[in-house]
Amino acid sequence: AQGAAMPFGNTHNQLKMKYTPEQEFPDLSKHNNHMAKVLTPELYERLRSKQTPSGFTLDDIIQTGVDNPGHPFVMTVGCVAGDEETYDVFKDLLDPVIQDRHGGYKPTDKHKTDLNADHLKGGDDLDPNYVLSCRVRTGRSIRGFCLPPHCSRGERRAVEKLSTEALASLSGDLKGKYYALKNMTEAEQQQLIDDHFLFDKPVSPLLLASGMARDWPDARGIWHNDNKTFLVWVNEEDHLRVISMQKGGNMKEVFSRFCDGLTKIETLFKERGHVFMWNEHLGYVLTCPSNLGTGLRGGVHVKLPNMSKHAKFEDILKKLKLQKRGTGGVDTAAVGGIFDISNADRLGFSEVELVQMVVDGVKLLIEMEKKLEKGQPIDDLIPAAK
Amino acid sequence: MPFNCHNDYKMKFSLDDEFPDLSQHNNHMAKVLTKEIYGKLRSKSTPSGFTLDDVIQTGVDNPGHPFIMTVGCVAGDEESYEVFKDLLDPVISDRHGGYKPTDKHKTDLNFENLKGGDDLDPNYVLSSRVRTGRSIKGFTLPPHNSRGERRGIEKLSIEALASLEGEFKGKYYPLEGMSDAEQEQLIADHFLFDKPVSPLLTCAGMARDWPDGRGIWHNDNKTFLVWVNEEDHLRVISMQKGGNMKEVFRRFCVGLQKIEEIFKKHNHGFMWNEHLGYILTCPSNLGTGLRGGVHVKLPKLSTHPKFEEILTRLRLQKRGTGGVDTASVGGVFDISNADRLGSSEVEQVQLVVDGVKLMVEMEKKLEKGESIDGMIPAQK
Repeated sequence: AQGAAMPFGNTHNQLKMKYTPEQEFPDLSKHNNHMAKVLTPELYERLRSKQTPSGFTLDDIIQTGVDNPGHPFVMTVGCVAGDEETYDVFKDLLDPVIQDRHGGYKPTDKHKTDLNADHLKGGDDLDPNYVLSCRVRTGRSIRGFCLPPHCSRGERRAVEKLSTEALASLSGDLKGKYYALKNMTEAEQQQLIDDHFLFDKPVSPLLLASGMARDWPDARGIWHNDNKTFLVWVNEEDHLRVISMQKGGNMKEVFSRFCDGLTKIETLFKERGHVFMWNEHLGYVLTCPSNLGTGLRGGVHVKLPNMSKHAKFEDILKKLKLQKRGTGGVDTAAVGGIFDISNADRLGFSEVELVQMVVDGVKLLIEMEKKLEKGQPIDDLIPAAK
Repeated sequence: MPFNCHNDYKMKFSLDDEFPDLSQHNNHMAKVLTKEIYGKLRSKSTPSGFTLDDVIQTGVDNPGHPFIMTVGCVAGDEESYEVFKDLLDPVISDRHGGYKPTDKHKTDLNFENLKGGDDLDPNYVLSSRVRTGRSIKGFTLPPHNSRGERRGIEKLSIEALASLEGEFKGKYYPLEGMSDAEQEQLIADHFLFDKPVSPLLTCAGMARDWPDGRGIWHNDNKTFLVWVNEEDHLRVISMQKGGNMKEVFRRFCVGLQKIEEIFKKHNHGFMWNEHLGYILTCPSNLGTGLRGGVHVKLPKLSTHPKFEEILTRLRLQKRGTGGVDTASVGGVFDISNADRLGSSEVEQVQLVVDGVKLMVEMEKKLEKGESIDGMIPAQK
């Protein structure tokens, strides 16, 4: 099947084949990312002559990981997909990367999708004295188009056009408006900044080196509903990033809106002859292998000044399958004892399962915080590993 | 005909769908690229697979610079200038003073043809420097080359430079694995180049795989320097303190020709043709690729209302002493030739020598409170 789709004689790749694998193999001696840990000279040799039907090659996949040796605190992935077929044509590299990143997920494993918010137990009563806000985000890719590292302007604009048409048909609580980055007024821009909605041209070399910022700000934009609780980013790091958020502790409502909105958007795309990239092994297919599966990060901003200083804090988070970040997002520090607590997993668990972990885990952490406030121990509350 | 499946894939989208939005743009590429030209060239590919979108990406991503008219396009290989001539010829014409597709460029690296230049007043001229670039035939250029190619260029360059002797005897320092001591010395000598941060360069793909295959070579005397695999395959620099431009230019010509001979022996001459001269990554550096200049004290002349006009007439340009985009400090300016294509190396350095000599005379007059009106030159 691969041979039938495989184009032959891509000139640029052919030119590079004149050089030996040793001459072309990247120097990864200073590197510490998932790609660098997996890519051997043998693997490079086996894959370097291949390309996907749209022309994405091994060197394209790994460029970001070659250019960015590593991050002191975070184990970066170091590779990206340029289209849906990347995950198949280059599975010899990406399967081990996925396995390392997603807790041993095997090439034969199946991923389940569950976007039925009714399956979430509780989550509507996280203590708002501690939980300041709730948020769930994911990404979606539109089948038939290349992904941000590789897509052309024509493709990106087509993704934008389809997306804005679909979003324009949403109604009720989801009725909203699209703001293209290209022709935003100053007033609109300031409002979006104040709402913490605006995304800017990526500055991280992790993203720039993969080619995602080409042609900025062409065909990039932000859509949000009038209530400012449901937000879609178009053509940033993925075709679509979908975010549901609100102040306070009602994660159930945030998740319900998330599932409802996503499902409606998916239906609208299908009506227009387009589906999301999805398969039963990898779930939703996104640009970065770290976001496969659900692509879901659900979390809260929560006050845990005592808990966070407890010697077992990290250990407890791990057992609960949660991770912490500062309230500025990944790589930021916590301010005033307020942490961003979210699910650590993406692949191998359903959306409901992951949000359940957040709901149950945060509930427990708050109980612990209250105990510590009263000077009581929390030893008997410490959970077993999930 | 080269086969490029990615380019073929993009042809599914219409011309209007793919044409970049250049409405905010002010660079040479944006001024030249029409939908007609885009439509004509978009299906083409050089033999190594470089496409129109590759050529223009940096100009699409960087709308413009407030003070400088940037070029906004690059070559990925020697053939780019041929396959995409419908875009690049007009860009070259705009950038190089009306240079026509039929014009011929002359190369003259015979330093003996330079008149004078050994006596620029060292009380005013602090240092003299000549630089150019060279591309090695048979390899693609920095926006496009693979690791294997870049390493191949580095290997050839090291061999060539290692065989130099006498005043050209020197040492190569690869960027990768440089010791801290070596790095500090190179910084102190103002020799070290770093990973490009300018988006003009990074958007063109020149910084890929950094620092693999990059390095700096210099002679023991620290007067002749070669950068390997930065913005071009080779950047060659001759420099020294004081006003003896003739000596700097002599060393430049002799060193360059020695290097060229060695590359030729390995069947890898420099990219050159009689229309464009030396082929480099950026169309602004075609022809001689030469920037010859001095750091010179002109505190009075630089505040004279006719300073800019005098420079224009002398075919010179000014920069701060930190290079392009920097401000001058203490009345010290970097004065160099403005042209690259359509005049020879000797002619361009002659303009610098004669022009700087005149400006130093003007400075001296102004110091004495005398007028310089009688000295203002005609347009060269």
